[in-house]
Amino acid sequence: MARRNTIILFMCIELMLNAVNLLLVAFSVLHKDPSGQVFVFFIMAVAAAEVAVGLAILTMIYRNIKSIDTDLLGNLKN
Amino acid sequence: MLGYTITQWIFGILSFLAIMFALMVVFSRNPVNSVLYLVLTFFCIAGHYVLLNAQFLAVVHIAVYAGAIMVLFLFVIMLMNLNEDAEPQKTMISKVIAGVIGGLLLIVLVGALKGTSQLGLIQYGHSDIGLVKQLGNVLFHEFLFPFEIVSVLLLSALVGAIMIGKKEIK
Repeated sequence: MARRNTIILFMCIELMLNAVNLLLVAFSVLHKDPSGQVFVFFIMAVAAAEVAVGLAILTMIYRNIKSIDTDLLGNLKN
Repeated sequence: MLGYTITQWIFGILSFLAIMFALMVVFSRNPVNSVLYLVLTFFCIAGHYVLLNAQFLAVVHIAVYAGAIMVLFLFVIMLMNLNEDAEPQKTMISKVIAGVIGGLLLIVLVGALKGTSQLGLIQYGHSDIGLVKQLGNVLFHEFLFPFEIVSVLLLSALVGAIMIGKKEIK
């Protein structure tokens, strides 16, 4: 099953970042080191920035070609 | 209950729900359903944070993801007014290749996890490193400079998103 919807691709990126966050928190608790949880905090901030800019780009693409199918995004011009 | 403590039961149920909702995110046809399942996944992950005694991160996680990012996703989906296109199926050869690669990755992961039983279980609920006081101490002493950089990053992302999302600049 192929996912061609760019919004769902963004959601899957969020899922992957959350998997890494969960692993970092688990290791932080295992090693009794708070740095891991601070790092998770930074990852959350970067993920929020990434999603904001990515969705802005997506709305602009939709305004130009009226679609967000990944197959139609092959060429940057026209 | 079957030799498991109540914490282990909660962990198992939360893990099962998180994985199931994550699969539903990928497999559901409608993007709005995907977003709602994503919210449920994030709540399960927040439950894991609470189990790991990282209460501050649990609260921040719910506020950032369920509060901010989900609203952003829903707004964009509603702006686009997507019609349901029939998504084309992959060819047989790419399915076979994907299956083989996924199976190899599974073997690697199972092999890597075999040694973890010697690590010992994480002691739930016996540490206070996840509380606001501890994390604040670390964040504002060791990580003060990255913290400021992140604030600049968020500001630039804000300005960039508005600039990109605007109509054509004459």
